[in-house]
Amino acid sequence: MDIKDIIKPENQVYKKTDLMTENALSYCPGCGHGTAHRLTMEVVEELGIKEDTIGVAPVGCSVLAYDFMNVDMQQAAHGRAPALATGISRTWPDKYVFTYQGDGDLAAIGTAETIHACNRGENIVIIFINNGIYGMTGGQMAPTTLPGMRSSTSPYGRDVRSMGSPIKITELISNLPGVYFVSRQAVHTPKHVRKAKKAIKQAFENVKLKKGLSFVEIVSNCNSGWKMTPNDANKWLEENMLDFYQLGDIKIDGQLVQK
Amino acid sequence: MAKIRGAIVVDTEKCKGCEVCVPACPTEVIGMAKDVNGKGYHFAFMANPEACTGCSNCAIVCPDGVISVFRVKADE
Amino acid sequence: MAELKLMKGNEAIAEAAIRAGVDAYFGYPITPQSEVIEYLMSEQPEHRTGMVVLQAESEVAAINMVYGAAGTGKKVMTSSSSPGISLKQEGISYLAGAELPAVILNVVRGGPGLGTIQPSQADYFQSVKGGGHGDYRLYVLAPASVQEMADFVDDAFEMAFKYKTPVLILSDGLIGQMMEKVLLKDQKARLTDKELQERHGDWATFGRVGGRERNIITSLDLQSEKMENRVHRLMAKYKRMEEEDLRFEKIKCDDADYLIVAYGSSARIAQKTVDLARAKGHKVGLLRPITLFPYPKKELMEMTKQVKGILSVELNMGQMVEDIRLAVEHKVPVEHFGRTGGIIHTPEEILKALEEKIIKG
Repeated sequence: MDIKDIIKPENQVYKKTDLMTENALSYCPGCGHGTAHRLTMEVVEELGIKEDTIGVAPVGCSVLAYDFMNVDMQQAAHGRAPALATGISRTWPDKYVFTYQGDGDLAAIGTAETIHACNRGENIVIIFINNGIYGMTGGQMAPTTLPGMRSSTSPYGRDVRSMGSPIKITELISNLPGVYFVSRQAVHTPKHVRKAKKAIKQAFENVKLKKGLSFVEIVSNCNSGWKMTPNDANKWLEENMLDFYQLGDIKIDGQLVQK
Repeated sequence: MAKIRGAIVVDTEKCKGCEVCVPACPTEVIGMAKDVNGKGYHFAFMANPEACTGCSNCAIVCPDGVISVFRVKADE
Repeated sequence: MAELKLMKGNEAIAEAAIRAGVDAYFGYPITPQSEVIEYLMSEQPEHRTGMVVLQAESEVAAINMVYGAAGTGKKVMTSSSSPGISLKQEGISYLAGAELPAVILNVVRGGPGLGTIQPSQADYFQSVKGGGHGDYRLYVLAPASVQEMADFVDDAFEMAFKYKTPVLILSDGLIGQMMEKVLLKDQKARLTDKELQERHGDWATFGRVGGRERNIITSLDLQSEKMENRVHRLMAKYKRMEEEDLRFEKIKCDDADYLIVAYGSSARIAQKTVDLARAKGHKVGLLRPITLFPYPKKELMEMTKQVKGILSVELNMGQMVEDIRLAVEHKVPVEHFGRTGGIIHTPEEILKALEEKIIKG
């Protein structure tokens, strides 16, 4: 059979979602942000909720998320996305409101907003991209940078004695009663992508239940910041990041999953 | 038994040559082109088209969503 | 229905917010304005009008909750006092840059730093010169009574939505804490979601209802040409504010040889000074700016044709005096008098300063 005969509209099994715009993504080649964006929008499309979805982009690499996500979007001050989402969700209680944030945004400057939105059990979805570095500003150390991991502000490796250990913010917030669903996933292989999408879908579906906040962490690579090729970064991620940030569901239906 | 044949279409202008799709393909279909697109990236292509089963692994792992996938039952 | 009540300024503005059909209030405790959120919490306006009231974890969070809700076209308000308003400055700059309507109340207390909880007007510069980063200003209303604290909620939101800008109500601990008669307006209905979607569907982010194109709320323009255009768009608003929505009051100025300029609490105290001065044969008038931005510059320049000197009376060490000097371009002497640190100057003190600094000859 000739390739021409395969490539026909009726044979198409995968195509780009309409909820990703035509704009070329600003992310570095191989960056997990693009995948996480796409999964989020595929979920919004599959649930048929684009008319009721409002996203909040942070400051960081994904500050330009509103150029790529084809839903109503707001761009928040650094760290404040959960507060914006609270304002939106409280005044539009039936809408699907999500934040999409990096580790510096969510676990450093925005720690208070993260913890208190979770503690109030805001009926929102938080999508948290953890790549252990501040990407947009050129690769500085983040609250989730691993011990010994190099960055432009920990050029000799993160020194736990002076800068403390990486924060497992996801485990921290999973203990708050207001949090209903917590999952940590990754997007560097097809298997991981499928699981990540399932978790994101679960998070958005929870919004209908109004039983509390849903939180999905995506452990991802930062090729420029880590100074590796995409595939090497994904290998490094598997061997180092996933060792510290263990994948899987952490809280389901308001109950912590017993390990 | 009918054989599943697949094929992918890569938006070569938007591909950034990150190669993440290459190890994702279970049948080693994808290679990186010798020439480059408008941005200077070597783009992905079906180096071994016969082996493609249309499983979409490459498409779902592509950070820029540039791969479309086609699949058809071909009776040998 | 309209009601005459005896209320504290802070409570009057809270009640006025409910009656103005405000959709949401996000606040945080700080003396001397905690009564605003306390009153709202006790009134439970969600049962009266469906209004949302939420106490945030910080002023920073509160102003960003305002930003989120304002970005969906809702009528949103917050209040704080000096240190809290300093914390909100980044958020306010974002509101200005993203061109979002919102109302912020500052019940000013003595500063800098933790300062004191007593009244002050030392936040004038912060209020009228932008306050946060970047080229922008706030439309600033300065109430001088509990009645104006209530009335200015409607006025502030009218300006906020007319210009799609944050509006500041600059009160102080005196007006916030004192009780006076206040005539409260009838209940104005909140917009239904449907009405809001029709009115603000071209910019607000409440979801792509009806499959419309997506709306984006952002203050970011990485391309400088676009950023400059955005700033020019803001400047055009401020010019229009000056042309269309400048407010001030003139008291006994027709025959005045000398002029006092004062706003808010200082304006009330200075009215007594005007009478004291006139009793001693000095024809003194008072010009009370009601909007501190836009500022009554032309009116002041006009007054220089008539008066021999101007005294700026402010509960600070001299801030508005600079704007008066700028306005009158040294046509006449302009001096300042003001107690600070939370002390309230008396009419007699002002008269003494007026005689020494302005009338003296």
